[in-house]
Amino acid sequence: MSRHVVPKKLYVLVFAALIVFTGLTTGVAFINLGKWNTVAALVIAVCKASLVVLFFMHLRWSSNLLRIVVASSLLWLAILIGLTLSDVFTRDWTPVPSNWEAQIQQDVR
Amino acid sequence: MHSGNTALAEQFDDLEQQHEASSLGMWVFLATEVMFFGGLFTAYVIFRNLYLPAFEAGSRLLDVRIGAFNTAVLLCSSLTMALAVRAAQLGKKGALITFLLLTLLLGLTFVGVKLALEWRHDYIEGLVPGVNWTFDGPDSRHLELFFCFYFFMTGVHALHMVIGVGVLTALIIMAWRGKFSPQRYNTVEMSGLYWHFVDIVWIFLFPLLYLIGGRY
Repeated sequence: MSRHVVPKKLYVLVFAALIVFTGLTTGVAFINLGKWNTVAALVIAVCKASLVVLFFMHLRWSSNLLRIVVASSLLWLAILIGLTLSDVFTRDWTPVPSNWEAQIQQDVR
Repeated sequence: MHSGNTALAEQFDDLEQQHEASSLGMWVFLATEVMFFGGLFTAYVIFRNLYLPAFEAGSRLLDVRIGAFNTAVLLCSSLTMALAVRAAQLGKKGALITFLLLTLLLGLTFVGVKLALEWRHDYIEGLVPGVNWTFDGPDSRHLELFFCFYFFMTGVHALHMVIGVGVLTALIIMAWRGKFSPQRYNTVEMSGLYWHFVDIVWIFLFPLLYLIGGRY
């Protein structure tokens, strides 16, 4: 398992795919797709990162323990990004009352 | 890290277990690195959405050709690193040293291009916040913020590259002295994991900084 020797050809294939993806993501950036430009860039980046993790970093042949560590790092990243953005992007959903200072002083009294 | 002449340290039952322990430690370290860069990416996303026009203008001021070239250089270096680990697994000393040297050269190319072409150019153009900022177009303050993110994120990434170059130099010396064998190559493999991780960070930095600024 851990002693898995990967054929040279597979590494070269993965590398070729990574270069193709790099060309693709650069090319797509010059076409106006509106919001989808960002989506395309991120989807391609995730594909590239997956290729690197699975093949170059041997996760495809690694034990379940290591897979759990990788999955948990992504989970924590999702919590970091998800919770932070859910705060920042929902702040104007409930407007702050313009007289909030006066209200607090009334409550204190 | 190994006792005596055997590849197996005394606290492990067998090589398999020793390898698993090394890998686990390295992946946990990389998980902390994910959180480290994750904080930067999160902050970038927030401020990009707050000041979208300035951040898009900032992206357009970066040179896509250099960014794409450096992406290719880094991907090449990941390939040579993977091949170096393979050579170590098979006990091919010559191939191991060759691939480590290639990886080192490609890593230095990346950092060199970044310093000599990109950052130097930004400095001449007056686009370095706090050092030389002469841009006085519309929304200059928010553009400055974009460049703060740009320099900090690519700077921290470049610092990781420089550390990687140091690690590679140590590996080459160790390989030269015949410290590695098909039973004993954990150090090469774990350094490889680090190198690939730094590659992955760039895989996300490149589109987020250079590409999604509306270049059409």
